[in-house]
Amino acid sequence: MGKSGACRDVRLLSVAPVGPEGAAYGCYLLEVENPGFEPAVAGQFVMVRPLRFGQNPVWPRPFSLCRLTEEKLTLFVQACGRGTDILCGLSAGDVVTVWGPLGQGFALEPEIPTLLLAGGVGLAPFVEYVATHPAPSNLSLLFGHRQPLSCYPFAEMAVRIGRAEAFEERSPADLPAFIERLDAAVAGHADGLVLACGPRPFLLTVARLARKYSARAQVSLENRMACGVGGCLGCVEKNALGAYVQTCTEGPVFWVEELALAEEA
Amino acid sequence: MSVDTAVRLAGLALKNPVMTASGTFGYGLEFAPYGDLRSLGGIVVKGLSLKPRLGNPMPRIAETPCGMLNAIGLQNCGVAAFLRDKLPRLPHAQTPIVANLYACDADEFAELAGVLSAAEGVAALEVNISCPNVKAGGIAFGQDPAMAGRLTEAVKKRAGDKPVWVKLSPNVTGIVAIARAAVLGGADALTCINTLTGMAVDIRSRKPRLANVIGGLSGPAIKPVALRCVWQVCQAVSAPVIAVGGISSAEDVLEFILVGAHAVQIGTANFMRPDMAFHIAERLPALMAALGIDSLDAYRGTLSR
Repeated sequence: MGKSGACRDVRLLSVAPVGPEGAAYGCYLLEVENPGFEPAVAGQFVMVRPLRFGQNPVWPRPFSLCRLTEEKLTLFVQACGRGTDILCGLSAGDVVTVWGPLGQGFALEPEIPTLLLAGGVGLAPFVEYVATHPAPSNLSLLFGHRQPLSCYPFAEMAVRIGRAEAFEERSPADLPAFIERLDAAVAGHADGLVLACGPRPFLLTVARLARKYSARAQVSLENRMACGVGGCLGCVEKNALGAYVQTCTEGPVFWVEELALAEEA
Repeated sequence: MSVDTAVRLAGLALKNPVMTASGTFGYGLEFAPYGDLRSLGGIVVKGLSLKPRLGNPMPRIAETPCGMLNAIGLQNCGVAAFLRDKLPRLPHAQTPIVANLYACDADEFAELAGVLSAAEGVAALEVNISCPNVKAGGIAFGQDPAMAGRLTEAVKKRAGDKPVWVKLSPNVTGIVAIARAAVLGGADALTCINTLTGMAVDIRSRKPRLANVIGGLSGPAIKPVALRCVWQVCQAVSAPVIAVGGISSAEDVLEFILVGAHAVQIGTANFMRPDMAFHIAERLPALMAALGIDSLDAYRGTLSR
């Protein structure tokens, strides 16, 4: 395989809804030819821009590496806007430009009990994490979701790891119960490692709980970015010292104490 | 057919007219994994100030139809860190490195010009009198011909033998008056144009999409405005013009050369794919050959009406 940092035009191998209800809820797995990436660290991401974007939309879209093998790169995409709608509407054979793997991935400490906390499409990087973890029995997963569970690549992960739990949030009224469940999970890993990926409010909760239990925790940010390579300075995040760090190059995965998230929470 | 893409620009020899625009290519090093920096006509680095700048709060960028808004606020590492940590790692012997500079007042602009002009490896200075995203300085200099002229003069006095380019704003009633004032002030070239002031809002949250509320619009959406401005300025002044604004293909490059530009800068298109500037520079000779253009000098400004 070629060196990392490649930018290549590659063919889309397949676009398939996840599970029987995936199409109805806009949840898809996209497989593209491996653009020449070497093995990557789970939590790293790629930028993807189909030729079909033309000049509108302008930006590529960032996605966590969901799975990377020598042959192909798999992305988990939820159609939720113009760019992702176009991506999920592509067909096998369509050409997409892909560059990466980018940024810093999740810590891997195989002997340490590790809690994976995922919210919605934030499940994606943990697919690679679980698949490449040398001691999956040390992993626990708590997954919060709003679409039917079959819309996510959850089942195949769940069977590989020590403990996996899914929590469906049907309405805002379910949120306190989910936060209670998160609290218990983080408390149970106060001496372990906590890794989280999901929407910002979810990460703020994780940051607060990590501080509450003095747990070692990392979060993967989903900040808006244009280039993904450190050129635009659009994706910055305030760190604990009040300076800006770049999510694309210094993240997207950060130790919670590096950031000002806990203050925001 | 052999073609000549070389360009002479205010004392600089460029192997081709394709440069990168300030603020869209980092300090150059960020894009090194995606192409050979030496293949570019020039690299204009992220705008520099005397001291490091934190920039504006988040969110700082928003996508718009065929473009984007930014309100980065000139976040940068400061001139000292640039000269110490970045410039030595750039291929300045093979490709001109242009320092874009920003300051809050004319004295600070002049001081910064003095520091940068003394640096080996800086080929030219690009004076940003047109940033819409900072409170002090910035666009205020670029909207008043007298101020633009005086500022150019102050920078030119401290620039030594380094060419001084002045980057013009489209957010003015008449860009030609500012262009003429900058040339009278001693500008060796004009960069045309900076971003257009714009705004985007979210009807659900009822909030602006940028924390700064307004920002600079760039990308293919602004190309017709840039083309008009470049054409008008090229008609009015004899100084060379460097075109920037929505350029994302070799065809776009030739459009701007056709209306009179000497060179171009690739901006937002660098975000569309990180090897875009390299691709455009590589494709230009083949396009010229296909159109029967053997030299850019001969093609420049040949628009007929």
